[in-house]
Amino acid sequence: MNSSDQGSVPPGRPETLKAVPVRHPGRWVGAAVVALLAAMLIHALTTNPQFQWDVVGKYIFDSSILHGLGVTLELTFLSMLIGVSGGVILAIMRLSPNPVLSSTAWFYIWVFRGTPVLVQLLFWNFLGTLWANISIGIPFGPAFWSQPTNEAIPLFVAALLGLGLNEAAYMAEIVRGGIQSVPLGQTEAAHALGMSQFNTMRRIILPQAMRVIIPPTGNETISMLKTTSLVSSIALEELLRAGQNIYSRTFQTIPLLIVVSIWYLLMTSILTVVQYYIERHYARGANRVLPPTPLQRLRRLFAGRPVPPAKDDVVPGLEGGGHV
Amino acid sequence: MTDLTKPQPQDAAGVPMVEAQGVRKSFGLVEVLKGIDLEVKKGEVFVLVGPSGSGKSTFLRCINHLEKINGGLLSVDGELVGYQMRGGRLHELKDREVAQKRRDIGMVFQHFNLFPHMTAIENVIEAPVQVKGESKAAARERGMALLERVGLADKAKNYPSQLSGGQQQRVAIARALAMKPKLMLFDEPTSALDPELVGDVLDVMRGLAEEGMTMVVVTHEMGFAREVGDALVFMDGGVVVESGNPREVLSNPQHERTRAFLSKVL
Repeated sequence: MNSSDQGSVPPGRPETLKAVPVRHPGRWVGAAVVALLAAMLIHALTTNPQFQWDVVGKYIFDSSILHGLGVTLELTFLSMLIGVSGGVILAIMRLSPNPVLSSTAWFYIWVFRGTPVLVQLLFWNFLGTLWANISIGIPFGPAFWSQPTNEAIPLFVAALLGLGLNEAAYMAEIVRGGIQSVPLGQTEAAHALGMSQFNTMRRIILPQAMRVIIPPTGNETISMLKTTSLVSSIALEELLRAGQNIYSRTFQTIPLLIVVSIWYLLMTSILTVVQYYIERHYARGANRVLPPTPLQRLRRLFAGRPVPPAKDDVVPGLEGGGHV
Repeated sequence: MTDLTKPQPQDAAGVPMVEAQGVRKSFGLVEVLKGIDLEVKKGEVFVLVGPSGSGKSTFLRCINHLEKINGGLLSVDGELVGYQMRGGRLHELKDREVAQKRRDIGMVFQHFNLFPHMTAIENVIEAPVQVKGESKAAARERGMALLERVGLADKAKNYPSQLSGGQQQRVAIARALAMKPKLMLFDEPTSALDPELVGDVLDVMRGLAEEGMTMVVVTHEMGFAREVGDALVFMDGGVVVESGNPREVLSNPQHERTRAFLSKVL
């Protein structure tokens, strides 16, 4: 640009601006401090022989650790299954106009949310001292089937009941919030079309409530994965207990706790990715264009330019100009 | 495209499509409808007008039992709404029976109430597939014809959030028509729309009226009422103040309250 036309708007397309960017000295100082701290941490982790990284490497794929991991995953999955389905039922009960149903659900949530999950686990474990036998039959009448409680409820089932029934109380509140977030007009529209209560809930309300329900449910699942470590206290051999069994023998406490932590961290990371994709699925209709997946983001980063959204994500009729 | 709706022959001697006798409705201590008497003949476009709070929308919602009436008699096509006379006594209908009757009554809402998690075509075929058990393919074919009819065949795969208000309302009309109703209820269908989009929705309604669909329309569009309406009722404070031919009532209102209202909206 020459100095003669200073102040006047140059004709045609404006040129790309060439300006000296603002300097951020604070950022550099901050980065240096963090880098120093990180170096100190790595130094401490690598030079302190007490970490015994070779022991970590030796036990990370140990068969009893892997078995414990399997039990942990199984417990997480089944407890969440009980929790989510129980939560949906409890939430619908709480919103029911029937006062018996809604107060029963309220009472359940009050009890199971109001006592520690560890206490509940111990309760289920010691159920045999409360009732020696469990039987199925006519209420107050003869029994068709009877078994000692400790056989009917083995350790794994006790753990499952403790975790799952407790989770149901939390999920009930999450689901209730989701259902109540759907506007009343949706129910009215479905009813006006002749849809039944059940179909309205299943086809119209719950799918929309999912968008509100999924993120906290993901948090609950990640939290559950870690809460399963509590069942080590009733001697069920899950991931933590498997580690404890080894270090009680070898006294290599820290390395085994690191082994266990690595597995927990890996599992929660995977769950985080799964949660992202489920959330994306239920965002249909709420977002005009779905956000790119991490894979698409990665490709964009390497290509250095925006990647067009995947074909099925393009809003039909909106590709050109987006006139509505 | 005449097979999409059921044209009803003008039959003055037949059963009225909607008959209300002394219909009362209260919300708590507030009485919203204080004894409504009216009759909607088959094939008629029946317009309800009045200031907000006059009870016209509430009355419309009583017709398909979205609101339960507290007194009087209300029947659709000769059958009581929400009740059944058995052995000389009124019995409340079960939810399932109420749902059964709602199939024949289409309703269009002020705020569209499309299902946001479904595309336009999925909105239209939802009830035929879920309620009537139609096959998806058949429902889709008929649904596409209905979307074509409201001028939105090219938007079939769009979600409601990707449509303008006028387009959403036309999808909502197609959704209601997909159940092949014998009566259509419109609750201020153009009140939430930008003025330039109102015309498209009214055009669709005009087309329906020409095919002989029985329609009860709550609206502030006096032009539409005058042009398309066969009968008009002016409501205020939960009672019918004046009724008659729309052209006569609108040009020569007899009642002071009607005159005051019309002077504001015309």
